[in-house]
Amino acid sequence: MTGKNIVGIIFSNAYDECIPELTGLRTMGSVPFACRYRLIDFPLSNMVNAGIEKVGVITKANYQSLMDHVGTGKPWDLSRKTGGLFLLPPFSTADASSNGDKIEALKGIKDFISRSQEEYILLSDSNSIFNIDIEKLTDFHTENGADITIAYKRGILPKLGDAVTFEFSEGGRISSAAVSPVAENEVNYSLNLILMKKSLLERLMNEAVSLNYHDFESDIIQRNVSKLNMFGYEVKGYAETIDSIQSYFKANMELLDTENCSQLFNPERPVYTKIKDDIPATYGLVSSVKNCLIANGCIIEGEVENSIIFRGVRIGKGAVVKNSIIMQESFVAAGTTLNNAIVDKNAVITPNKFLSGAENYPIYVGKGIVI
Amino acid sequence: MARKMECIAMLLAGGQGSRLGVLTKNIAKPAVPYGGKYRIIDFPLSNCVNSGISTVGILTQYQPLELNDYIGNGQAWDLDRENGGVHMLSPYQQIKGMEWYKGTANAIYQNINFIDRYNPDYVAVLSGDHIYKMDYNKMLDYHKRNNAACTIAMLEVPWEEASRFGLMVLNDDNSIAKFEEKPKNPSSNKASMGVYIFTWSKLRQYLIDDENNPDSSNDFGHDVIPAMHEAGERMFAYLFDGYWKDVGTIDSLWEANLDLLNPKVDLDLSDSSWKIYSRTPIAPPQYVSASADLQNSMVAEGSQVYGEVDYSILFQNVTVSKNAKVRYSIVMPGAYIGEGADVEYAIIAENAVIGKGARVGLRPEDASNREAWGIAVVGADVEIPAGAAVSPKEMIGKEDK
Repeated sequence: MTGKNIVGIIFSNAYDECIPELTGLRTMGSVPFACRYRLIDFPLSNMVNAGIEKVGVITKANYQSLMDHVGTGKPWDLSRKTGGLFLLPPFSTADASSNGDKIEALKGIKDFISRSQEEYILLSDSNSIFNIDIEKLTDFHTENGADITIAYKRGILPKLGDAVTFEFSEGGRISSAAVSPVAENEVNYSLNLILMKKSLLERLMNEAVSLNYHDFESDIIQRNVSKLNMFGYEVKGYAETIDSIQSYFKANMELLDTENCSQLFNPERPVYTKIKDDIPATYGLVSSVKNCLIANGCIIEGEVENSIIFRGVRIGKGAVVKNSIIMQESFVAAGTTLNNAIVDKNAVITPNKFLSGAENYPIYVGKGIVI
Repeated sequence: MARKMECIAMLLAGGQGSRLGVLTKNIAKPAVPYGGKYRIIDFPLSNCVNSGISTVGILTQYQPLELNDYIGNGQAWDLDRENGGVHMLSPYQQIKGMEWYKGTANAIYQNINFIDRYNPDYVAVLSGDHIYKMDYNKMLDYHKRNNAACTIAMLEVPWEEASRFGLMVLNDDNSIAKFEEKPKNPSSNKASMGVYIFTWSKLRQYLIDDENNPDSSNDFGHDVIPAMHEAGERMFAYLFDGYWKDVGTIDSLWEANLDLLNPKVDLDLSDSSWKIYSRTPIAPPQYVSASADLQNSMVAEGSQVYGEVDYSILFQNVTVSKNAKVRYSIVMPGAYIGEGADVEYAIIAENAVIGKGARVGLRPEDASNREAWGIAVVGADVEIPAGAAVSPKEMIGKEDK
């Protein structure tokens, strides 16, 4: 199986409700992450790096920022005559006000799926962040003669409404699947990256429609565990699933560990994003920067520590920013102190303010807010 | 036939830039990296796009591989157009034989057919090796108002440097009274910036005449401009008073880079109304570690800083290891500065490796011979062994295979 034989489908709105602060004005897929990216860059780049040449991005609401970000798909080399990037907004049919489950979303793009010539479909959410070689996953799928292969991680279960956990029989086949179980210990949870034949997905969708199934996780995955040959593909290393503003904060901060950072930004499989033509970051005469990830276009004149600084941020003289995420074009004025904060885009913190969140609960400053 | 354009630009990018030594061993001068993420050619190209000139011919001859690759289809500068856009123009074979570009004027002469396709009223001839931001459209308006045959952009340079430039003596109405091309004893400090606008019908004829003149060196400054002047064409100087730097020497390249760190220098690349575009390689954000001491510098994406960096420019994907010191230096893409290495007053070219504890360059005040002091240069892909020293002004290039 080569990438050319796979069509990718990304759910850009899945789990928007987990981080209402950040998705108030955008999709999960367009939530800014790691100084210069949007969450959708990670599944998109994974797909492109595996040679996938056709990707449909399903959108439901708030997708203006997403459209602005992905554009024609050029940064991912997906601006193509054949294939390329397809934005799939909802059809304004009577049932457009659905609950947003994957079954509904896939029903909405039935034609896109049926018209695709590719033999396989790879489904992905936008709220899990990892960089893997998808060719290895497809090889694994072929070697096992799997009907469905799902990427999973071993760890503490994310608090998503319909998180799926797996148990395996010998040989790695999924023997049972549980939907949002109560689990304190480490479990094998789905990263919602799912590979199957297009024909199988179409069959399962038809079944779901005729039997009035609504829930992808319980009605399509769980229900078919014994009927279909399902396998779990383990993702090791940095793989974070965002289920709350806290986990968003943590997933960013963990990149300050160079091991995590080099796994996510493996030069063999680059992560692509929209180009901004910013100048390099400028550090002032009395700046002090320790353990930070910083994007181009920043002007740093104050003190910054353990922080993630996005493109075009300005940090004034004497300002102190610690353990914080400052998004694109925001301005932290002279003499202001920030600790455990997430500052959204284009915000301004005027001089001599003091804002601090708790270590496990960052304070959030909204897009364009002036304090 | 392409659609008519009022003004198209011809960018002279074939120069070797031999005074840049090892830095232009394998690349043409306009492809030399500048300012943390740019190449010199980004400046005239971005100026064209920002001035609304969307048809640009780039004349290449010396080591065009890297430049061709960098420009690609021009998409990074919004110059991938259905009509016009960017075109790489290398010398080509014709029925009468094959000729290299003999001089700047001959390069344009050989591409008369290209220009004629767009049937322009005006042609801007730009040199591809200067750092400046300029609105060519304003200059074009000035050219039209004067009903000129040729307008030459001009700025005042320090008298002591004047003899390096093509100089002009002006009349009261800024028409040109006299030319002096790199004179020993200058009588003017008004220097040509290498930016010309010509009325195409005029220039076309002078290029043909110049080609038919066996004594001509086929150069704009030496031959075509003086010939136009002698013939009494309307020629005007367009006064420019912004930042402009010829980066033709190691010292001026080094200075022009560090000018970006000087708040008093009038070169703001972050001005969103006049963006300088460049082909951006894919790189993650830069990482500044807890052990870093980073001040008064510019750093591009993908770089990792563990050591001390002061008054320097780090391009993309540069690593400065622990206890290494980089001061007053330019470190080009992909270079690696090993642990404890000391880099001062130096230019480290692309993908060079400075071994552990090596020393490159010295502060002028530490040099034993101040007269012989200069910027140290380590060429692309060169590896300086651990503990080795590169003296000030020394230039180390990679051996030919």
